[in-house]
Amino acid sequence: MTEGRVRVVLVDDHRMFRSGVRAELGSAVDIVGEAEDAQSAISVIAQTRPDVVLLDVHLPGGGGRAVLAALVGELPDVRFLALSVSDAPEDVISVIRGGARGYVTKSITGPELAAAVRRVAEGDAVFSPRLAGFVLDAFAATTDVATVDEDLDRLSQREREVLRLIARGYTYKEVGKALFISVKTVETHVSAVLRKLQLSNRHELTRWATSRRLV
Amino acid sequence: MTSTVPPPATAEVAGGVQRLYRRRDGRLLAGVARGLAQHLGVDTIAVRVLFVVLAAFGGAGVLAYILFWVFAPLDRSGADRPMDRQRDVTTLLALGSLAVGTLLLLRALGLGFDLGLALPLLAVAAGVVILWRQADDDARVRWRQVTGTERWSGAARAFGGGALILLGAGAILVGPADLDGTWGGLVAALVVTMGLALISGPWWMRMARDLAAERNARIREQERAEVAAHVHDSVLHTLTLIQRHVDDPRVVSQLARAQERELRGWLYRPRADASVTAAMERVAADVEDAHAVTIEVVVVGDCPLDDRLAAVRDATREALVNAAKYAGDSAITVYAEVAPGHVTVFIRDRGPGFDMAAVPADRLGLRQSVVGRMARHGGSAVVRSVAGEGTEVQLEMPRDVRSSS
Repeated sequence: MTEGRVRVVLVDDHRMFRSGVRAELGSAVDIVGEAEDAQSAISVIAQTRPDVVLLDVHLPGGGGRAVLAALVGELPDVRFLALSVSDAPEDVISVIRGGARGYVTKSITGPELAAAVRRVAEGDAVFSPRLAGFVLDAFAATTDVATVDEDLDRLSQREREVLRLIARGYTYKEVGKALFISVKTVETHVSAVLRKLQLSNRHELTRWATSRRLV
Repeated sequence: MTSTVPPPATAEVAGGVQRLYRRRDGRLLAGVARGLAQHLGVDTIAVRVLFVVLAAFGGAGVLAYILFWVFAPLDRSGADRPMDRQRDVTTLLALGSLAVGTLLLLRALGLGFDLGLALPLLAVAAGVVILWRQADDDARVRWRQVTGTERWSGAARAFGGGALILLGAGAILVGPADLDGTWGGLVAALVVTMGLALISGPWWMRMARDLAAERNARIREQERAEVAAHVHDSVLHTLTLIQRHVDDPRVVSQLARAQERELRGWLYRPRADASVTAAMERVAADVEDAHAVTIEVVVVGDCPLDDRLAAVRDATREALVNAAKYAGDSAITVYAEVAPGHVTVFIRDRGPGFDMAAVPADRLGLRQSVVGRMARHGGSAVVRSVAGEGTEVQLEMPRDVRSSS
């Protein structure tokens, strides 16, 4: 998927924002379609089959979740990167669990966004510092209940270290340097965390998200 | 019987539950049956028949009716049709059945059809009905313009009702009540008290209801005023400033960001710096506003802010100011982690960085205000900086679990 430019569909209900992203991403990616609500997003994505969908969390017609629910099973090759101004953990966790491969805030810079799109296109996960913080908070080390699936419900020490550095604002490269591991290994850890986040049905996760609703 | 098509149920909802209102339109007595029918979505006649049938069982229907009358408020939005002759007749009919029900109730209570007692009691009952019904209409007078004649007839009815009650009470006193016995004085006092309570009852009820309504209105008004004041002070102010700075996108986005944060904070967060999360976000917000930088704050875990953690907050502020001064346009990240035994904060910028050793000992704000402050409160601070990669300040403070002064 690395050959050529990454094909991207942009889904956001604000035209201003879409044109802003278009300008910022510039020649880094190939924007093949745009949509402004859940319904049109589903049809545009099904038609164009992009590599990556930049998906706003809050959309008319059911939000990003509706798009994910309709397409994640249907089009396994299309990857979703959630993009939002919303800082509410509930929203963030719900799009990740809906199938998005990452979450970045709209304040992200152009080059960073381009890098994130490329990373998602390659099948890796993209964690902003905020998402890393949410995950650390949700998978707090203190809970030690006998859960159904231990592996899915707990972060390894290494994953915790990686997330902590990401939360501190380190790039993947810097994380690798700080922990004396390769960038590839960092990506592997982050993807593992994403998988846990999506598959764990640990009730703490839901409870945590709802208890933090008012942010 | 007046069987009109029931108007759509009132949309007035209190606390998510629709309240039971008595209906003015198409009522016979107090609108209890009509209101109940509306509330339950059944036919009015059915409810009325039910009341009458229940009245035969020891007067239970009458008791229920009276209780509903007292406790269900009258719906003020109902259509207000002028009284006509025919309705007066049906009203009399209703009054009559109420009276019969009352007599049945009396018999059930073992008082029997002693005419000497029954008639005065009937008079009292009639007076009560007239008086309380009038009280409903009095309440209406304050909501609607009512013509003078209607007002006069209202006053006359109230007077008549009161007189009937007094008459009945008097008749009981001079008639069947045995005032010479040991209990004579007590019975007399009881009868007089009851009479007065019945006469003044509607006004007491109304006063209590009005008081509650007024208090609710006042609370609502206060809330509204507070919101209005806040919106005025913050949002409108910011909008004005934005209009003035349309040419400078940097200022506009700074203003918008500050306002968004402030509004979110006002809507959703506790007001004081009660917790580590709130304190960190406040500090970051202050520095963002003062230095036009972007600071991303991530906090994991939370705990109340004590003296030591307040020192951490102040050290964070200094580190952020420092980063804002030297890091230029790049993003600054704050990461705070509340662990069971300690609190750790990282402040990272992507500025040019510097060589710690090359900075003169007397000229380092970080050394005094950050490292020194942390040390004084029992914590520690480490500054890492690599030229070209930015600077990271790490603060660590052990948590004193017991004292939280």
